[in-house]
Amino acid sequence: MDNVKFDEATQKELTTFLEREQAQARINSTVHNLTSMCWDKCVTGTPGSRFARGEESCLLNCVDRFMDTSLFIIKTIEGQRSQQS
Amino acid sequence: MSEFFKSSSLSSSPSDMAAKKEAVMNGVRSEIALASAQELINKTNEKCFAKCIAKPGTSLSSSEETCLSRCLERYLETFNVISKTYSARLSREREQRQLNQI
Repeated sequence: MDNVKFDEATQKELTTFLEREQAQARINSTVHNLTSMCWDKCVTGTPGSRFARGEESCLLNCVDRFMDTSLFIIKTIEGQRSQQS
Repeated sequence: MSEFFKSSSLSSSPSDMAAKKEAVMNGVRSEIALASAQELINKTNEKCFAKCIAKPGTSLSSSEETCLSRCLERYLETFNVISKTYSARLSREREQRQLNQI
């Protein structure tokens, strides 16, 4: 089956498939990073059989605040640049 | 000449092609899934070792093992919480962009 050649339509389909999988993989890798970061920030106690109350709400807020931070930083830098010019 | 061109560009039978396409797709899917699982295992190992093994002894104590298994559960739970909130955020932002375009 190694010498099977794909026709144009199939090549296009595979390209779309790969792009979609790559996008999903990027999202996945971001989730891994966020998990690591939010774990360090929020889960401070010895692991119990469930999260402490504060830990759980911290985790729920962690992603949104991280992304707000990123937006805020960008906005601030843009603001400074437009003041200078 | 036209005959040569025909034979070289002649695609394989549709069923062979479909089978190979499926094989390629499944290969990609399982490699991605494997890489993600490995990443999760490595991260869990790193985080739980840091949290549960304060001072490495000659073997894992039972309290360390208890800590490790709870830590593993909590880390996976964290991954799920983060995954859910992140995709919620992404779809909210996508909606916002679509609204702004109208």
